[in-house]
Amino acid sequence: MSSFAKNFTKGVVRSNPTFVLMLGLCPTLAVSTSLDNAIGMTAAFVFVLVASNILISLIHSFVPNKVRIPVFIVIIATLVSIVDLMMQGFVPALSKSLGIYIPLIVVNCVILGRAEAFASKNGVLDSIADALGIGTGFGLAIVLISFIRQLLGTGKLDLFGHQLFSIPGFSDNPISILMLPMGAFLVIGTLLALFRWMGVIKND
Amino acid sequence: MTNLFVIFLSMALVNNMILAKFLGLCPFFGVSKKTKSAVSMGLAVLLVMLVASAVTWPIYYYILVPYGVEVMKTVIFILVIASLVQIIEMAIKRTNLTLYNALGIYLPLITTNCAVLGITFINVDQTYTFWESLFAAGGAGTGFLLVLLIMSGIRERLDLADTPLAFKGTPIAFITAMLLGLSFLAFKGMV
Repeated sequence: MSSFAKNFTKGVVRSNPTFVLMLGLCPTLAVSTSLDNAIGMTAAFVFVLVASNILISLIHSFVPNKVRIPVFIVIIATLVSIVDLMMQGFVPALSKSLGIYIPLIVVNCVILGRAEAFASKNGVLDSIADALGIGTGFGLAIVLISFIRQLLGTGKLDLFGHQLFSIPGFSDNPISILMLPMGAFLVIGTLLALFRWMGVIKND
Repeated sequence: MTNLFVIFLSMALVNNMILAKFLGLCPFFGVSKKTKSAVSMGLAVLLVMLVASAVTWPIYYYILVPYGVEVMKTVIFILVIASLVQIIEMAIKRTNLTLYNALGIYLPLITTNCAVLGITFINVDQTYTFWESLFAAGGAGTGFLLVLLIMSGIRERLDLADTPLAFKGTPIAFITAMLLGLSFLAFKGMV
């Protein structure tokens, strides 16, 4: 397998940021109330991750080692500001429902973690593969959680204003606790136990 | 005065940082295994939240707003918090070695704690006055400490409990957090 494909698949399953590394949980749990939010968050996250990995892999050779963390943080914060402004301008409704979780991508440990552990040691192409893999892993996890929460919590599935389908009879009496904040804890805890039971990820 | 008290209580109990806003989950699951480290981490977060709110408020309203560069708040706030954490760490090391030994290793971790950056954004979003943001930060920090302390107490006993193999460790911690969140829901009628 080429190194591009290898770096890509590694992030999706074996070092999935949400279910294996348990990093960057805050946005995953907070915005997973609907599929729209999950897709919007993934788009913002992947943009920042890919762009920061590219920039950092380009400049890492001439940034002094002692100041590398502040430099990385400023790069990431600038990218996040760009995303925040773009979303406010082009998708105001989505930007409003994601709220402070967009600017908070700055302190997402996954992004700084990839910058420090991968992009600052590898070339541009490998860093892009790594960012896309981690981004896909993050996206799959958040979409899966929000799919379960929305389907069981409201009894129907909406995507950008279109109703895909609703479960007859169930949508009148859904498990509304799943839409409350604590529903996210329940879903991710159960999914994690399920993946361990199936042997997809190892027990710690 | 009642207004400040309401803000404090609502940030501590109703809009709890961990259980309602999902901020600061990394330390919540990372250092909640032992009560002692949970208390140190909670106190360090409370301290940094108070100082960060007190510093970012004047920066936002006296520098960013007059020059019309509110968009820079993400970059400025994270830099301010990162340098504040360094200064606090140095100051504690010089003045109180016992406190440094208790909080020391947790302070650098706080730079990437979303609860601290989160409270400064919440202060700006809610257009709190200076004292209101201080009370909001105090409430948020107290709530964080409280939940971390309760969680660590439960987890110390969970280690001895006979949980199914697949649920051992983190999954059962998530389920516990959910039950904790349910019980905190009861505070909703208070404010």
